[in-house]
Order: sequence, then C-alpha cells, then structure tokens
Amino acid sequence: MTTRMLRPRDIFRQQLFLPIFALCLMLVVNFIVTPTFFNISIKNGVLYGYIIDIINRASELIILAVGMTLVVASSKGTDISVGAVSALAAAVCVRLLGSSYDAYAVPLILAFLACLSAGVLCGAFNGFLVAKLKIQPMVATLILFTAGRGIAQLISAREINEKMVPGQILYVRMEHFKRFGGFFPHVVIPTPVFIALGFVLLTWFILNKTALGLYIKSVGINQKAGRLVGLNSTMIIFFCYVFCGVCASLAGFISSSRIYSSDANNIGLNMELDAILAVALGGNSLAGGKFSIAGSVIGAITIQALTTSLYAMGVTADQLPVYKAIVVVLIVAIQADEFKRWKAAYRLHRKMAKGVAE
Amino acid sequence: MDDSVVLSMKKINMTFPGVKALSDVDFTLRKGEIHALMGENGAGKSTLIKVLTGVHTMDSGEIHISGVRNAVINHSPKDAQRVGISTVYQEVNLCANLSVAENIFVGRHPLNALRGVRWGEMNRKAREALANVGLENIDVTKSLGEYSVAIQQMVAIARAVDFNCKALILDEPTSSLDEYEVAKLFLCMRKLKEKGVGIIFVTHFLEQVYEVCDAITVLRNGELVGRFDIKDLPRVQLVARMLGHEFDDLAAIRVPDYERLAQTSAPEIIRAIGLSHEGTIKPFDIEIRKGEVVGLTGLLGSGRSELARALYGADQPDTGELFFKSSPLKAHEPIDAIKAGMAYLPEDRKEESIIGELSIRENLVIALQAKTGVFRLLPMARQNELADKYIKALRIKTPSPETPINQLSGGNQQKVIIGRWLITNPEFLILDEPTRGIDVGTKTEIQKLILSLAGEGMTIMFISSEIDEMLRTVNRLCVLRDGMKVGELNNVDLDRPKVMAAIAGGKTI
Repeated sequence: MTTRMLRPRDIFRQQLFLPIFALCLMLVVNFIVTPTFFNISIKNGVLYGYIIDIINRASELIILAVGMTLVVASSKGTDISVGAVSALAAAVCVRLLGSSYDAYAVPLILAFLACLSAGVLCGAFNGFLVAKLKIQPMVATLILFTAGRGIAQLISAREINEKMVPGQILYVRMEHFKRFGGFFPHVVIPTPVFIALGFVLLTWFILNKTALGLYIKSVGINQKAGRLVGLNSTMIIFFCYVFCGVCASLAGFISSSRIYSSDANNIGLNMELDAILAVALGGNSLAGGKFSIAGSVIGAITIQALTTSLYAMGVTADQLPVYKAIVVVLIVAIQADEFKRWKAAYRLHRKMAKGVAE
Repeated sequence: MDDSVVLSMKKINMTFPGVKALSDVDFTLRKGEIHALMGENGAGKSTLIKVLTGVHTMDSGEIHISGVRNAVINHSPKDAQRVGISTVYQEVNLCANLSVAENIFVGRHPLNALRGVRWGEMNRKAREALANVGLENIDVTKSLGEYSVAIQQMVAIARAVDFNCKALILDEPTSSLDEYEVAKLFLCMRKLKEKGVGIIFVTHFLEQVYEVCDAITVLRNGELVGRFDIKDLPRVQLVARMLGHEFDDLAAIRVPDYERLAQTSAPEIIRAIGLSHEGTIKPFDIEIRKGEVVGLTGLLGSGRSELARALYGADQPDTGELFFKSSPLKAHEPIDAIKAGMAYLPEDRKEESIIGELSIRENLVIALQAKTGVFRLLPMARQNELADKYIKALRIKTPSPETPINQLSGGNQQKVIIGRWLITNPEFLILDEPTRGIDVGTKTEIQKLILSLAGEGMTIMFISSEIDEMLRTVNRLCVLRDGMKVGELNNVDLDRPKVMAAIAGGKTI
C-alpha cells in the first residue's frame, strides 16, 4: 500500500513480512494436520474446498477491515459501530426489497443504494461526533454500537394481524438476491470474493491516485502539523468515518444476501472486534498514522483462515474462541516493539558472552 | 576502574537503519565534574545519552559505573536509574497538576502502617530534597504547574538526584530559561558538584559551557573527537573541533544593504490593522514591503510568536483586518494563507512541524500537495525530483529521501521543514526560531539562506531569541513586550544595546 519508487521493496517487506509469515505458517500447519486442506474440487458447478471457503467467508471482514484501517489511521481511534451499522443497512435493504416470490418491491439497485446511504448516514453521524465535536472515537461510536441494532429491529417490521410488528426476521424470497452472497450462474468463484476484491482495488486507487492517502497519514501522525501545512483534519477524519460506514453497509449487504434475510440480532455480530484485530494483525499501529491496506486484508484473511482451520481440525464452535485467542496472542506478541527490543538485547548479551570467551 | 571515575563508556557502537550513529565512542565522567557533551546536530550526542539511559540498545560496547562490578547494560531508563544514572530532559516530564512534593516522590511515597501516605513526612523530605539542589522557600504542597519552567526543571533535578544518583544528565536544560533562571540552575549544578555528583551537560550555548563546565567531550559524525579540560580548549578551538572544517565565522556574514532596502518604493506585501488574538496578542498594526527582512524580538511570552501566528492564521485573529498584497484575508485558516503565498515555520519543531514517521520526501512535498489539492496528486517522478533537489540544495544529511524524518538530527529536520516551505514558492516566509536547538554550522547556513532568499526578492519575517543573529539578518526590528507591539527599530538603531533597551522597556522608543 505504498507508492514509493526508489527503495520501496525493503520497507514494504519489513512492514508486511510478519503478517504474511503468520498467515503462511498457519496454512502450513493446516496442511500437516489436515492434508486435504488445499484440495479444491468442483461440486454442483462451483468451486469447493477449505481455501475457497476462507476467502469467501473473509470477504465481509476484509471490507470492514479496510474501512477500519482508515478510521484508525486518521483518528487514532476505532469505530466499534461497524457490526451494528451492517445490521442496520441490511435491514434497510431487505425491508425495501419486500418478501414477494415474484418481484422486488423496489428495484434492487435502489435498495442497494439505500443500503449504502444508510451506511453513509451512520458514518456521517460518527464522523460528526469525532471530527467536529472531538468526542473520543470509542465513546462516539458506542452510541450506534448500541442503538444501531435497535434501529435495525425497528426497520425489520412486518405486518402481522394488520399491525406492523418490529423485530421480525424479514426474508427476501427472490432467488436472484442470493447471487450476491452466493454465486452468479456459470461463475465458479463466490460473488463476495469479487465484491471484496473490487472494493479493495477501488480503495487502493482512491488512496494512491489522489493525495488522500498522504493526507490521512499526515493527520494521523501529527494533527497540529497537518493543520499548519494546510490540511483540513476535520474533513479528512470525517471522510474516513463516512467511508467506514460505507464499508459496513456493503458488508451488511453481502451478509444479508448470504442468508437472504435480515437478522438484526446476528448480522455483523462481533465483527467490529474482528475488524480491529485484522487491522492490528496487519502490522498497523492502533495509535494511528502510517497504515497498510494490504496488511489489514492479510489480517482479515488470517482471522478467517484461523476460524476455518480450527473447524477443519474438529474444534467445536464453543471452544473456538479459546484457540483463536491463543493464536492471536502469539501473532500480536511477535509483532510488538517490546519483543523486538528483547530480541536485540538478547543478541547483545550473546555477543558480549562470546567476547569474554575469546 | 579508577576511584575518581563515576562512569566510563568504552567503544560504544550504535547503528540506525542506514546510519552509523556512534562508532567506537569512549566517554569518561569523574566525580564532582560538570562535563559538557558537545557536537553539531547529528554528531551523536543524543544517541550517546540514549544508549547510556537505556532508551536505545547499543550494538556493542561496555558501560562501567562506580560501585557496580560488572559492565552494565541498561534496557530502560528505570534500569539506568537503578545503577545511579538519572536524566532530566529538555521538556520537563513531570505532572503539572500534582504538588511539588508528590512529583518528587511519585511512585515511592512514604507509607504508614495502613499503607496510607504520610503527607507530613513526604513534604518534609521534599523540602530537604529541594534544599539539596539549592531551592529554598518553595511551598511543596502547591501544584507544580504554578511554578516557572526553571523551578519545574529544578524540581525534576531534585527528583533525579534523590534516587541515589551518581551521574546526572542534563539534556539542553537551559534552552527555555531566561538569564536569571539559568544562573539559578547553575548554582544548583555547582551544589551537586560539591556533593560529588558527576553531571553531563548537553547544550548548544557556548557561553554556558565556559561558565560552568570542567571538561568537554566533543563528538563529530558519531565519532569521538576528544576529551579536553576546559582550560585547554579555548572557544574558537572548540568550535573548530565541532565543525571539523575551517570555521566559517558567523560574523563574516555580510550585513544586508540597509540603504538599498530603506527606499520604500517596493510594493506592500502585508498590512495588518488592529489585528489581535484573545489572550495572546493585543491589537497591532504592521506593514511589510516586498524584499524586507523583518525581525520580531522580545522576551519569551512577549507575543512575538503569537503575532506571526495571527498573520498566518495559525491562531485565528479575533479583531482587525489583514491585507495580503492589498487583498483582504478574512477569518483565514492556514490553507488560505498558503494559497495566498505565505509560509510559516513554527517555533515547536517536534509538535508542529515534523510529521514523524513520514519520509523526508513526504515531509517535503506535503505543503505543496495541500496547496494543489487532494485530487491533483503530484506525480511520483515530480515528488522525487523535488526531494532530490532540496536535499541537495539544503545539504540535508540523509541516507535516502525515503528515510523517516524522525531518524534525522534536529538540524537536518529543520532543513527539511524549510525545504517544505521553499517548495511552495512563497512570497512571504515566516521563520519562528528556525535556529533553536541547532548547531553552529547549520545556524550559519540558515542565516545565509535567509539573506540569499531576501536577495531574490522574498519577504521574510524572522523571529529569534538570539539578538546577534537577528542583527545580522534583518533590516527592521519590531519589538514586543507583554503581548503588545511596542515599537520598531530601523537601520541606525540596530545595535545590541539599543535593542536590549527596547526589549527591556523603561524608556520609550
């Protein structure tokens, strides 16, 4: 995620080396424990296998992690409302589409745009609180974190006995809708992979073909200096939150298509934590400043790979968090600066011991 | 190890990515000695101190401390404190909202049987600790923030010394003190010296070195030049050793041609009428013409920085009118000032200038990029071209344009910031203390640069607390006192005694 020309490679590698290494290590372990891990077959006309499953399931997390990266980089804080905003946006989309077997209540494209608009609105709300009112990001986004699912419940209303009752699970009955979380006809790769890929490329393009990437880094590292060189930090941070809202709504759209319904209680549940973790695993500092989108994407894939591989090894869903925690602690620890200092100190000791021996 | 030696460092080596920061440096500190550590920016002074205090881990070398048999390796400032090395940094890092006594004893309060704090005893001990550094009549129960920076610094020293300290490091302690306060600090240093504490004194002020130090160690480019007794190293010699090349005497800079500039037919650049900012600068008028170098002078807190900040829009003016090239600038943010053709180098390099983890290239182009706008990214080829050009023109010492700016020494960082503004091709450049905390060599370079820029027709506002430096560069001086612009000095009045008198006030000018 950088546009350096002169000596890009070595710096680029340093930053991404550990995240990639962690991911590869996990895949190797998988291969040893589950030899069929890398098998890919075609069943029912689509690709099938653990690897496909990982990149498919990671799509939403990748999109969320991209948004979270920008929020962290610009505002030194996290947006903990993304899971709830996903649910809210999904509810908007599904409610608009209606539950007829024959046709959508409103055209799909309108429902999709409404879904993204919901994300923009939520993002703008968060952004206003953080950038303009200077409320701590954690506190500001806590509002939608709790209220978001409530609003989603209100939107998810259905007519029962001639009365609108909120808090229902709404279903979209059109087969067509399932394509966005599943497969398009004659395409062997799951659609979410394309969406995630397209979205990451779009983001990369925005950050690197405009000066926005540089602006975000500058504001995140030193806001005062950023202002004095003419950057509008309020606008930049606001934009990042709006962007993050868009990410959340896009992820919500995919999730709702997967289950062709809007489940306000479960869509995006705990995803905000995984998204933050993906940013950290990607070697990005949660203290803001420099960032790597590629790192966050790798982080997101790592988290999903971990979940899938633990399932493959036969760990049950209720024990999963324990194993996940252990691996995460290891990955985060080897990336910690303090650990690097210990390593350097250890080497020095060794060197001195050798010097005495000679 | 010799009994009179407190601390010895041998063959210290330290490498940063792409830079050899220290190579085989030796350093010895004796008991009851005030030892100056001198060198230009980037010579390795800070690195040596940081290795000693455990902020950085050295690549190889040995550190011995009296009373400790084996070589010590410090991994953190806490480790260093345990073996008797304490540091007081340039910026006081104590808690302004705690009382003086609490600051001295934070983390090691005297406790009673119920694990409650014994306030009485703590306050008494705090008074003793302060008396040790020659500070009497201080109410230790008042919060630290109520005292001046000098007092805060001495409280920091009292705290440091109270940790059974053998070696005390003072890193640029005088840079934000006025003369009285410096004198007080020196008294305190001498007192500690009598008690046998070894003091490492890092400073850029040569006069102070000769006033208080016993010995000098000079570093250059990460290498040891030598250790000298103060009497064996006259000032000119010291400067020569620090610079390593024929010393280009500051005084040799050509004095600007006042006569030529006095002809005020040049077009007006800045005109401010009744501009003010609540609480920092009272309403002032100022008029600056093209090609002038205008100095602002006054004591710390007199409003000299604040006047400049109001012009640039760093602090939005509350009242008054501002015209830039005869067109009004209203309620402007820095970006408006930049677009109009202003540039502003802030006083506080670390807080307000450098964008730490970004590369030199990015730090150089950021202002121009902000000026051209978010959608028109400067092509990478252009960015590299600009970076290479200014690294060369300003002689910035760096392994690569992609090196993060926070790995450079202070002087080189300042050059990058100057480059950042020159790239925007400004018509009016404000330099607020561009030479603070910078070695003599770079200082001269910056002063020369100011004169040559003015020669090319750039208008410059220059703020410095060193009067001689201003006298060499400016052709008009505005004097400020207590947040008010109290007068201006021109051509013939520009000499040291007159300026001093104007700053101090007393008689009207």
